[in-house]
Parts: sequence; structure tokens; C-alpha cells
Amino acid sequence: MADEYAVVTVTADGPVLVPGPVEVVLPDGRRVRSERPVTALCVCRRSRRYPFCDTSHRARTRGGEDR
Amino acid sequence: MSSTANRTTATEHPVAPPLPRPRGPLSAAVLELIRGRPGGCPPASGADAYGDDLQLALYCCYELHYRGFAGVDDGAEQGAVDDREWEPGLLTARRELERVFLGALRADTEPGRDVPAEVDGLLVEPTGPGSDTGVSHHLLGRGRLWQLREYVAHRSLYHLKEADPQAWVIPRLTGPAKSALVAVEHDEYGAGRPARMHSRLFAEMMTALGLDPGYGGYLDAAPASTLAEVNLMSLCGLHRALRGALVGQFAVVELTSSPGSLRMVRAMRRLGLGAAATEFYDEHVEADAVHEQLIRTGVWEPLLAAEPELAGDVVFGMRAAGLLGRRFEQHLITRWDRDESSLRAPLPPARPAAEPPTPTR
Ligand SMILES: [Fe+2]
Ligand SMILES: [Fe+2]
Repeated sequence: MADEYAVVTVTADGPVLVPGPVEVVLPDGRRVRSERPVTALCVCRRSRRYPFCDTSHRARTRGGEDR
Repeated sequence: MSSTANRTTATEHPVAPPLPRPRGPLSAAVLELIRGRPGGCPPASGADAYGDDLQLALYCCYELHYRGFAGVDDGAEQGAVDDREWEPGLLTARRELERVFLGALRADTEPGRDVPAEVDGLLVEPTGPGSDTGVSHHLLGRGRLWQLREYVAHRSLYHLKEADPQAWVIPRLTGPAKSALVAVEHDEYGAGRPARMHSRLFAEMMTALGLDPGYGGYLDAAPASTLAEVNLMSLCGLHRALRGALVGQFAVVELTSSPGSLRMVRAMRRLGLGAAATEFYDEHVEADAVHEQLIRTGVWEPLLAAEPELAGDVVFGMRAAGLLGRRFEQHLITRWDRDESSLRAPLPPARPAAEPPTPTR
């Protein structure tokens, strides 16, 4: 049954999406939890909220488009 | 970090907001109709589509679908179906106002059908000279505490009903798009934990800033450009025909919120505010990084695969939201540059109940 598997989604240019509340184990043994229904894990390592995505993977342009 | 659990909160406030004061003939007529007095509404066709009178009139029409107004018999007691929310006179007036508002938005936005290109434009974070013109940039770089409090007061018109306008669209979607949009909405409503509802986090932030967290408490103070942003959401939420535009509008919020929220957290810390104040925007840095992904791959991709004819309206919703967002931000920056209040009446000083700013880092 496919439903027994957690579906982990690797996005094209951004984070990896993991369903359900998760506990993330970091290389130094630290464990951080996310209670969200879906958690976005940073894989570009640019996040200031690592291991969670903060959209820092986004491209940056010089000169503002007026927004 | 978060001390939200044992704080009394504003969302336990009883229900409906007070009726606002009229700002012209349209809003005066709508308020009379809401009070149940017989009458009609003057023609809206000549009115300023983005002006105070029309925007307040529209906001009041829509509020009947959320919470109604305090001290007004909404007709619900008579039971049955004769309640004010569905009063034909009010619906007729609302439609005239909507014609003018929607007509202006259509005229003032370039039509387009290329949703992916539109999204790509939103996903670029401009840096360098000329890129720091927005309100969150201003607050981060040189904003003052009174300006930050004003910004939050403006935003309360939406955030105290956060995610409600978008909930209207749920029955208008099907399949994967519906399921993904509900996943985002579920998160906005705290994912089963009332203490984590975004509207509640917002009310708690208001309390921490010494603002009145009561629902609709700043309606009289909010200028037209603040109301127009919320009115766009209600308009697109309540009309099935505008479901594509609603999804486009929602996408703009979710895609642009995360970096802006981070700037707000840093602005608040710079101003010496503690975790009780920063929690709302702190939550949105991570939450909207997830919501962005869900909206892009989960909502609009399957929606447009199933109903490609909606592409034009998705782009319209995105551009209309962008237009109104820029108008709102311009209003604030213009007033602040002149050292003037951006509200219709300056805020009273922080309520004594406000917790003193605790410098944390
Ligand atoms: Fe939210
Ligand atoms: Fe969100």
C-alpha cells in the first residue's frame, strides 16, 4: 500500500518537503523538531534557520524591481 | 522561546466589531442598510474605485459574511433566511461597488496568461540600490517604533481574519488543488492547535505592542489602501467566477511573505522588542517557506492542468494583489517620509498593559 510510505518531495530548486511532525537529527547529534503538517528541509545550506528552509535559496538580482 | 501558552488572548474577545463611521454617501448608505433602515444606495459608477468611501462601503458589505457588526440586529433572530448577510438590497449595493472596483483593477493591470513567468518574477529577491523601497525594508533599516505599531494596526484588518477570505475558495476547487490549499489553510489555522492560529499569534503581537487586539478595532483608522487589499481577497473569495484570481492572490501572499517576515523579525529586534512581539513574523519565516512550495506545486499546477482557461485570472489575481500592495506601501512610506501618521487618526500611546520591550538577542 502506497499510503504506508511517507512521501518525501524533492523540489526543483528549493527544499525537500517531508510530511508530518518530524524530528531531524543533525550531524552533531542535535535533534530539532517540527510540528508542521509539512516541513521544508533546507538542502542548499543557505538557510539561517537550518535545517529548515527560509527561502534563502532564491535567486537575487541587483537593482530592485519595484515591489 | 515562545511564551504563547499561558497568555490571555484577544481572540477570546467576544465576536463582532463596532460599526465604523461613514466616509461619504456610499458608505453612509450601506451603513444605513446594515442597520436595517429602508433605502437604497446612490450610484457607484462615478466614485473613486480606490477611495475611502467606496472601499469602506465594500468592506462593510463583506464583513457581514465574516462576523457582522456589534450592536446591530443582523436579522438572524427571526430565524430562517431573512438575515442581513443575504439581504437583497445590500447584495445589490455590493454588486454595484464590486463592478467599479473590479473594473478599475482590470483596467489598471496588464493582462497575461504566463503563470510560471509571473511566479518566477515573485521568487527573485531584489538586492542592491533601489531594491529597499518596501515597508519591511524601511522598518528594518530606519523604522521607528511608532511606525512599526502603525504597520501592525493596518495589517490587523486582514490578519485578525487571516486565511478566512481564502477559505471561501475551498468548495470551488477539486482534487489535488483543493487538498493542497486545505493543507496550507490548516497550517494557517494552527494545524489543530488553537494557540498556534496565525490570527491568534497576530493578536498576541498586537498586545505585546500595546495595540488593541480586538477584531476590527482599527477599522475607522484604516485608510482606503489598507481596506482595498482585504476587499480584493473577499471579492475573489466570494465569487466562484473569480476562483483563479483568488488562487493568484493567495500565491502572492505566500510567495513573498517569508523574506519580508524575516525583515520584520530583525526590525523588531533592532527596536528592542522581545519574543512576544516577534513570534508572529518568526512563525511566518518557516511556515511560508513551506506554503510557497505547497501553493506552487500543489495548487496552481494541478489547477491549471485541469482548468487551463483560468490562467488569465490567476495572473490577474497576482497582478491585482501586487498593485494594491504597492499602493498600500507607497501610502505608508509617503506619510512616514513627511513624519506624519499613515492612519486616519494617529495611534494613542501604547496601552499600559503592554509588556515593556525586553531587549533580547
Ligand atoms: Fe499565516
Ligand atoms: Fe502562509
